[in-house]
Amino acid sequence: MAEYAIRTHHLSRIFGSVHAVDDLSLEVPAGMVFGFLGANGAGKTTTIHLLLGLLEPTAGQATVLGFDSRTQADQIRARTGSLLEFNGLYERMSAEDNLDLYGRIYHLSAADRQARAKELLTHLGLWDRRKDQVGTWSRGMKQKLAVARALFHRPPLIFLDEPTSGFDPLAAATLRDDLATLVKREGATVFLNTHNLAEAERLCALVGVIRQGKLLALGNPDELRFKQGGPQAEIVGRGFTNDLLARLSERPEVASAELQNGHLLLGLRGESEVGPLVSLIVRNGGEVEEVRKGAASLEDVFLTLMEEEHA
Amino acid sequence: MSDIWTIMWKEWKDSLFQGWRAWIRPGLLIGILGIIWPVLGKSAWMDLSVIQMVVILFFTFFVIISIVADSIAGERERHTLGTLLASRISDRAILLGKVTIVALYGWGIMVVGLFLGALVSNLADWQGQFVFYPIDMVLFTLLLGLLVGALGTILGVLISLRMATVRQAQQTLMIGTIVLGVAVIGLVQLLPKDFFTTFTLDEILLMAAGLVAVLDVLLLGFTLARFQRAKLILS
Repeated sequence: MAEYAIRTHHLSRIFGSVHAVDDLSLEVPAGMVFGFLGANGAGKTTTIHLLLGLLEPTAGQATVLGFDSRTQADQIRARTGSLLEFNGLYERMSAEDNLDLYGRIYHLSAADRQARAKELLTHLGLWDRRKDQVGTWSRGMKQKLAVARALFHRPPLIFLDEPTSGFDPLAAATLRDDLATLVKREGATVFLNTHNLAEAERLCALVGVIRQGKLLALGNPDELRFKQGGPQAEIVGRGFTNDLLARLSERPEVASAELQNGHLLLGLRGESEVGPLVSLIVRNGGEVEEVRKGAASLEDVFLTLMEEEHA
Repeated sequence: MSDIWTIMWKEWKDSLFQGWRAWIRPGLLIGILGIIWPVLGKSAWMDLSVIQMVVILFFTFFVIISIVADSIAGERERHTLGTLLASRISDRAILLGKVTIVALYGWGIMVVGLFLGALVSNLADWQGQFVFYPIDMVLFTLLLGLLVGALGTILGVLISLRMATVRQAQQTLMIGTIVLGVAVIGLVQLLPKDFFTTFTLDEILLMAAGLVAVLDVLLLGFTLARFQRAKLILS
């Protein structure tokens, strides 16, 4: 397999006056889960369509599994599995038939189709309901089946477009766990579109953040946290006046100081000690009940990037 | 070829024979062609006149356009088209698979109705021996049924490519069928007066079959050219 599962070079797609994907250059190494983070309408789905050769780029190029998306799209689609924005299941057919259809499309033998359906449906806890019409299933079950369909022919690259979108937290966590286990077991590269940051943190080894078609940041979640967020301290207590915030902001180790829901949030530079800052707060009349120190979450990074770009 | 067969299998499982409702349309056509008219017409039904043939073809066409709208517009409405297009299957296999299964389905219903009609007519009005349709007329009905069925299917797919919902596609197809019917009648009236005396009935039917076959090929070529992934994804 190619060293990079996906490479794009100044890839762009314009619809009228809208730059859906704007000068996107990206490299996704083979065998990892890549998270493509962005708000709704950021250009994530268009990127998948371009990578699958379903849309022609306006400019630039994309290579997927070593094949050019413009001229060798058939080769790409023959080697990838997809779960797009809709699950794409035939609701009047049974789960078994839905998988069988895609097994036939990818020319799997009858015996292989049967064995693979049993393997995946059993793993996802759907085997007992395999004869049911999919239309009678819950949304979570359908989505699991759609994941199974994307993996069915053992593709080396899988595109997942918002697989847990619209799910309650419990169902989303269950599907995420199933996804993580299956992806690890299959050893495939995964291109995961999501606006769910917990999902990206849980599953992805590499993350790209996109806004209005432009790639704002690329790196593993730890790198992004360090580059964009840095360490931070959250202080619970009382008496956090504006004067105190101004004094804290003047300190060289403090990158930012703000109040959030009555809690004092301090963005720190480098590996700063919190002790001297707590002393400063107390000396200036503040009361400290609890201090929590930690790294910025991916959500903080994402929001910072969005704000920076907006500003 | 195996991809076309896969799409035919999918259409059969997903659309054509799903639950008891799927039997209403074929049941209705088979009931009319195979039971009601032969019982009412008795032995005269076995003449299989040109008018009978036209009515049979019209019913076949009608059944086909009522189901073919589901083929593309239905997939788009139910959000299954995108996933199918993201798979390895070719545009051509999707289109030809859909056209073939619907045309064969409509034609199959017509054949069952026609042969059941012969049986019922004989039972309703026994002539002392089994009477069958004139062989040339039954062969022309089978041939024209296939060609007209294919025409309805291709037209249906072509129209449903541009429609967002099944309902829109069905309404457009109904209007299109009326326009087509009027056009055919108009065309027949434009023919020279001695046309029907110059040629035999078999020759005229052969010409009609040739004309419909040419139309089928032209429309299929046009539809294949229009059936492109990028356009379908964007629509």
